[in-house]
Amino acid sequence: MFAYIVRRILATIPVMAVVALFVFSLLHLSPGDPAVIIAGDTATVDDIARIRQKLGLDQPLYVQFVTWVWGLLHGDLGISIFTNLPVSKLIAQRVEPTLTLTISTLLVSILAAVPMGVLAAWKAGSWIDRVVMVFAVLGFSVPVFVLAYVLIYVFAISTDLLPVQGYVTIGGGLWPFLSHIVMPTLALGMVFAALIARMTRASMLDVLAQDYIRTAQAKGLANDKVLIGHALKNAAVPIATIIGIGVAALISGVVVTETVFAIPGLGRLTVDAILRRDYPIIQGIILVFSAAYVLINLLVDLSYTLLDPRIRY
Amino acid sequence: MTVAPTDLALLGLPAVPRGGLRTYIRRHPTMIIGGVLLGLMVLMAIFAPYLGTVDPQALSPIRRLRWPSAQYWFGTDMLGRDVYSRTVYGARVSLTVGISVALLASVIGLVIGLVTGFSRWTDAIVMRIMDGLMSIPSILIAIALMALTRASLENVIIAITIADVPRVTRLVRGVVLTLRELPFVEAAHASGTGFFRILWRHILPNTLPPLLVQGTFVAASAMIVEAILSFLGAGTPPNIPSWGNIMAEGRSLFQVAYYIVLFPGLFLSITVLAINLLGDGLRDALDPRLARRM
Repeated sequence: MFAYIVRRILATIPVMAVVALFVFSLLHLSPGDPAVIIAGDTATVDDIARIRQKLGLDQPLYVQFVTWVWGLLHGDLGISIFTNLPVSKLIAQRVEPTLTLTISTLLVSILAAVPMGVLAAWKAGSWIDRVVMVFAVLGFSVPVFVLAYVLIYVFAISTDLLPVQGYVTIGGGLWPFLSHIVMPTLALGMVFAALIARMTRASMLDVLAQDYIRTAQAKGLANDKVLIGHALKNAAVPIATIIGIGVAALISGVVVTETVFAIPGLGRLTVDAILRRDYPIIQGIILVFSAAYVLINLLVDLSYTLLDPRIRY
Repeated sequence: MTVAPTDLALLGLPAVPRGGLRTYIRRHPTMIIGGVLLGLMVLMAIFAPYLGTVDPQALSPIRRLRWPSAQYWFGTDMLGRDVYSRTVYGARVSLTVGISVALLASVIGLVIGLVTGFSRWTDAIVMRIMDGLMSIPSILIAIALMALTRASLENVIIAITIADVPRVTRLVRGVVLTLRELPFVEAAHASGTGFFRILWRHILPNTLPPLLVQGTFVAASAMIVEAILSFLGAGTPPNIPSWGNIMAEGRSLFQVAYYIVLFPGLFLSITVLAINLLGDGLRDALDPRLARRM
């Protein structure tokens, strides 16, 4: 078991190495001189030279790479071109809203979607099942920002129940915090919840067809005990897997959701960086998001042994 | 996912009917609905100039921000451009991106997947690279690539394709790894069939059904990613009326003229829904477990 954990943690190293290599080579794979591209159309020769020198682009490629990786390992993600501040600092300033939104979305989606999937599988073929499946297909099809605007129209413009946009930390009071986070959470959670509901239903259907479920029912066990204690427990591993994979969809959605609702998080930082061609920030954000994704999937993998004691490594 | 049998029950079909694939498709309503909706969108895109549209770029500042009416079906935007015409023409952009990315990613993924499925040392290297790329959310890959190049429709297609290739590769490789161990491939090999003939006649045809299903989902997600890129200002150039661009332009005016965002959003959602329904139907129809019961 311990050996497995160590091996699994070591396995993330080559993955992150590829991510780092990709992020580094982005600037050099692009056609043309990276300094010219970053400087934009209105740049003077001096501007280009300044950017080239600042990013170390005037040095040999291997020196650039070694310097860059060395910095990375020390938590140095480079300097923002536009603001001249360290990228790691800019990212740290913006983490809180993004983390809050992501965690609230994770909680709400899982708490809503797993029971939906369980019910749909239990009542397979009934109207409940149909409603859940329609939700699942729609959830995949309606883009985050379309849903976000529908929510804004319904809850903020035509009824005035919730603020249109903005963000308040939990320290700013419970109601202001909740009223600002509700719509982003729902908009962002739709795709994720659809994914989980669908996988829960499929996994539960497999388990419910097993002999031990019939045995449990035959011995007179209450429905809820069969469903939760016997079926859901055995259906948990694929559900955990899809939650881990779905985090990628969540990260994509965060960028859009923060833009629509004017939340000052990492997503907004990304969009601002794109518009200013502030490449060190974009590189830093890709690294941070990818590391988070790899870490979450590592935790999911390690959780298998807790979810299913039969799995031993 | 092993949902196929119960999906049938869900659709009110007691059992898979006899009579082969054609009967099955005919009795598979979601696939028909998806196919018809998608067909309508394609027709709309092709015949855009004949559907009562005007020049989607024609400015008319006097008539700006008019609400939907008999004259301006979907209203006009802040520059007085006709939102209906822009939305209809926008279908061309979205469908072009969806179809191009699906085709390109499928072909590239198929080639890499076939090679890695058969060559052990390329497999080790290529799949490590693919694992790494897959841990970067695809929208970030596309954003990063778009931030480096000039905004153009071709670059949008290339950026989204690059982000989607690893997933297709992984799928094809998985199918190839399963197939090459199966008795019929072994038999073909034992009876002296050459490597390329096995690849062409036995392996390739069997990778196509799952690839077709995957292709529909790639097309759907590519259309969403294009809209997101344009919406964030990193996609198709603003002079092309794509659904994402129209919505991006309507963003700041949402509180006074929500229809500018509503109509392209609606069309995008319907198109993606149609492709997803088609993909779901295809998956159920082509599922080998199901085929065995037919």
